[in-house]
Amino acid sequence: MTNNLLSNFTVDKNTSNVFVTREFAAGLPLVWDAFTKPEILDQWWAPKPWVSKTRHMDFKPGGRRFYAMVSPEGQEHWSVQDYTEITPTTNFKFLSAFSDPLEKLDDAFPPSAWNLDFSEAAGITRVSIVIDHKTPEALERLIQMGFQGRFTMILDYLDHELLPALTRKP
Amino acid sequence: MRRDIFQAIADPTRRAIIALIAVQAMTPNAIAEHFDSSRQAVSKHLRILTECELVKQQQQGREIYYQLEVKKMKEVDKWLVPFRKIWESRFNQLDHVLSTLKSKKK
Repeated sequence: MTNNLLSNFTVDKNTSNVFVTREFAAGLPLVWDAFTKPEILDQWWAPKPWVSKTRHMDFKPGGRRFYAMVSPEGQEHWSVQDYTEITPTTNFKFLSAFSDPLEKLDDAFPPSAWNLDFSEAAGITRVSIVIDHKTPEALERLIQMGFQGRFTMILDYLDHELLPALTRKP
Repeated sequence: MRRDIFQAIADPTRRAIIALIAVQAMTPNAIAEHFDSSRQAVSKHLRILTECELVKQQQQGREIYYQLEVKKMKEVDKWLVPFRKIWESRFNQLDHVLSTLKSKKK
């Protein structure tokens, strides 16, 4: 599906950091727009069958994106992303936190710090994301709260990806 | 230092070793035959996997066999799968969005 494009995902449980790297078959300006314009972001940010809905977004240092992930049943999970630093088309950083529908932040856990790097070579754009969840509890909670009821997805993964990979003859 | 299990599976060669011995327990030599890297490099990978308890050694006669610790693998899965799936799903959608945007520009 992603042919020769790089796609990597790792978690360092010691530092509670998540590393995501992916290449896209598109130029840097277009990929940058896809990450920084709400009307494009909402088209892909939520993993199916969830939908991303941005209530408001002000992409500048000190600005905020307030948005929800909406489940097929209409259940809404609200979050904010507060932009701390923006270097157009190569890097931006934000702090991400869960909130209620009235934009009141959930302060039970520290916000996660996101760093996104963009670079282009020969028409391929690479995006490298580091997400620092600050504490192992925050990392663990993210899995528990956001993705409950996703057990079928995990089984699906076991059936279609892991098991074939494990039984594939070398 | 105790190694982190996520570091263990972050390496593509180690993931390939896991896939190999998931089918059947194998000796280090048999495992090394599947890779271009040196036997030394393969033993190092095996040592890391053993330290993380992802594989265990079993003595059979004069040979040592490496076997997958399925229980430990499931632990990794529980942690990683939801995360990875979300990013995959996201980025596959972004691939589509980007190709649509590109064709609109033309």
